[in-house]
Amino acid sequence: MSEVLLEARAVAKHFGGVKALREVSLSIRRGEIYGLIGPNGAGKTTFFNCMTGLYVPDGGGFDFAGAPLLADAPQQAAARGIARTFQNIRLFGNMTALENVMVGRHVRTRAGVFGAMLRTAATRAEEAAIRSRAMELLHYVDIAERADDLARNLSYGDQRRLEIARALATEPQLLCLDEPAAGMNATETGELRELIEGIRGDGTTVLLIEHDVKLVMGLCDRVAVLDYGALVIEDVPAVVQKDQRVIEAYLGG
Amino acid sequence: MKNWLSPRSTAGLALIAVALIALPFVAGMGGQAWIRIVNFAILYIFLALGLNIVVGFAGLLDLGYIAFYAVGAYTWALLASPHFGLHWPVWAILPIGALVACLFGVLLGSPTLKLRGDYLAIVTLGFGEIVRIFMNNLNAPINITNGPQGITLIDPVSIAGLKFAGSTPFLGLTLTGAHKYYFLLVALAILVVVINLRLQHSRIGRAWQAIREDEVAAKAVGINTRNIKLLAFAMGASFGGIAGGVFAAMQGFVSPESFSLIESIMVLAMVVLGGMGHIPGVILGAILLSVLPEVLRYSVTPVQMALFGKTLVDPESLRMLIFGLALVLVMRFKPNGLWPAPESRRPAEATR
Amino acid sequence: MDIFLQQIINGLVQGSIYALVALGYTMVYGIMGLINFAHGEVVMIGTLVSITVVGLLIGAGMPAGLAGLCGLVVAVLVCMGLGWSLERVAYRPLRGAPRLTPLITAIGMSIVLQNLAMILWGRNYLTFPPLLPKVSFELAGTHFTLVQVAIVAISAATMGGLLLLIYRTKLGMAMRATAQNPAVASLMGINANRVIAAAFVIGSALGALAGVMVGSYYEIAHYQMGFMLGLKAFTAAVLGGIGNLAGAMLGGVLLGIIEALGAGYIGDLTGGFLGSHYQDIFAFVVLIGVLMFKPSGLFGEKAGDRA
Repeated sequence: MSEVLLEARAVAKHFGGVKALREVSLSIRRGEIYGLIGPNGAGKTTFFNCMTGLYVPDGGGFDFAGAPLLADAPQQAAARGIARTFQNIRLFGNMTALENVMVGRHVRTRAGVFGAMLRTAATRAEEAAIRSRAMELLHYVDIAERADDLARNLSYGDQRRLEIARALATEPQLLCLDEPAAGMNATETGELRELIEGIRGDGTTVLLIEHDVKLVMGLCDRVAVLDYGALVIEDVPAVVQKDQRVIEAYLGG
Repeated sequence: MKNWLSPRSTAGLALIAVALIALPFVAGMGGQAWIRIVNFAILYIFLALGLNIVVGFAGLLDLGYIAFYAVGAYTWALLASPHFGLHWPVWAILPIGALVACLFGVLLGSPTLKLRGDYLAIVTLGFGEIVRIFMNNLNAPINITNGPQGITLIDPVSIAGLKFAGSTPFLGLTLTGAHKYYFLLVALAILVVVINLRLQHSRIGRAWQAIREDEVAAKAVGINTRNIKLLAFAMGASFGGIAGGVFAAMQGFVSPESFSLIESIMVLAMVVLGGMGHIPGVILGAILLSVLPEVLRYSVTPVQMALFGKTLVDPESLRMLIFGLALVLVMRFKPNGLWPAPESRRPAEATR
Repeated sequence: MDIFLQQIINGLVQGSIYALVALGYTMVYGIMGLINFAHGEVVMIGTLVSITVVGLLIGAGMPAGLAGLCGLVVAVLVCMGLGWSLERVAYRPLRGAPRLTPLITAIGMSIVLQNLAMILWGRNYLTFPPLLPKVSFELAGTHFTLVQVAIVAISAATMGGLLLLIYRTKLGMAMRATAQNPAVASLMGINANRVIAAAFVIGSALGALAGVMVGSYYEIAHYQMGFMLGLKAFTAAVLGGIGNLAGAMLGGVLLGIIEALGAGYIGDLTGGFLGSHYQDIFAFVVLIGVLMFKPSGLFGEKAGDRA
């Protein structure tokens, strides 16, 4: 099989007495769509937040593309090539859709204050490149016609797409989507599925946290199941679906 | 901005230029005092646009902004007055003032910028008070600031042999000191407007706005929020420092009294009342809030005389009373400011 | 050692006053997230109203103690009315407005109240008639007056009463619930408007009490006195962890003591370089120091970013 892109080593996190993650170890391979599922409160988002540096794990750690990820440094996660979306969409509401994506280019561009004040040739060239790349990404997620609308005025589905475009703008090797299909109808979910497959087709590895088991099983190459903060199983969908422990976890057995 | 060179914009710019050149002479018809009022309005535009970077763009609530203005003013005062016997030239002091203010900004910002909004507000407020109290008391045991008396006989601006104090004949007109400062201030104000505009639509400007909108999401896309916030703080402080230097030179005198909390609050009110983050709005706010108290100063007493035949109420407090009420009323009926950024940059359509 | 104890006592007195004022800030902030900048002016109005009432009654021949009590009652009532109208007229229409809008309104109201007070009471210092006999006690080498004892005792009793109100009554529960989560509280049938109005009214009553205490302690009052007092009290509230009642109380007392000790010792500490004029700096230096290590104040809850 292909190389491992992200390796979680016995990641633990607790909030007071609540053990949100109990030594979770898993590995995501380059180029796959990897699903992380589990009942509400199983620790999926906590895992996400530890990985992207928003939380500091209480034990264990992550290796990404062969080198450890620093804890407590969210901006470095993006620089290393991990991008994410949020379960409850977090856009820059009073900026336009285009500007939201342009912000995503921040970590891959250089211009500083003096360049901006003097409008040097280099700054102007970089700015033009940022703008055209951002526009391309809006086209890619199919919301180019809303480029000049404020993000908060977009429809729910478009906001989800915009958030993905913003994440893609950071040129991630690993794109983490936190319940992207939440609140979507069947048509929208279908479109989302095409979008995710396209992203993987372009060479980006995708980590998908989802509630919609059907979507995950149909889309992912491998799936991990969390329950009560512990890893239950990590395998291909066909195996996971038949696993007695998974069925119990979901049926509350 | 894209259509800067279209005939209509050119005509508009020319009109603005003519108006800007004529303004001090028109204001001067009401006496030199009115030119000075106009000058202060422009100085406040400069200050407000500096604070706009911090509050409007980056969303950091700074209630001690005037401290940087004070630092700039005292830097000028100490380097160009008989107090220490130093008389350094403008081109040296102004950048030094900006740099010292910037340093103070970083000094205050680096430990405090991780604080949440309102905590940051009170810390900056405290910082402003600390700076003022030090200025008030650093006259003993070593006399640095000359205490509450302040520093007098500060050198005026002097560029290439042209002294800004006193009158100079020019093309058959007599340019007074106030006239000359006016043109200097206009030049500086245009500079700060251009810088604000350029920053707003730049990589750093977008990062500031992203932090203002959602700090967590800004971190997630790889913005080093701590450094970028510090940058906003340092930029704002530098502008405050430059404004302070010009203020010291223009007045020829500085004392701690000019840098009280109410001044910080005034500048903040200009930014918010005008329309946070929206450059034309901030300019409008600065003009209104600096001119309104002066207009009231000149009109409260005559109006009282006309209505009641005598001054019933102390004019100073009446004018501040009206000013306070104006703040409350504007916020009540225009909560986003008098001239906020447009809702959307193109006509609204029904969201699909 | 005597000086140390003496400064602790002085600090305790000043701190009790800060604590009462800080409670007004912290209650309003806890429930609606607003720094009510005008609160210091409410305290000032309380002092000036009580001066007028006490002066009139003593002039009419009433004994000072009784006149003081009447002055207190009138000041409390006036300030409660003032706090209520502030909320109703100035802040309530701004719910849902951008975050800084109510702050500017608060600043505007502060300017209005200060100048209104100047028009009504003039720009000169007013003397506060002595309300209690000038008895002083001596204990373990320290001196303190009856006024000081009264201030600490009344503050302590009032704060105890407030805690009972907040933790033992239905209104208090509604206030705590609204502070926790306004949306859920209103779903539970709690009238947010009433809760917010109550916070303003109670805070203003405490402010009026503090105002009368400040007046009778220093025996002097002025239309600008509310500003610095309010600032210090707000600092105390932040120091204790804003939104937290016990934090405001402890923060107030702590600030008073730190200031008193600082003023007493700063000369020695800096080898005479900094004199006691720097007293006002202490509040802010301590505040900045504490927030650097405890970003939510001494007793505040840690408010982490939630993804």
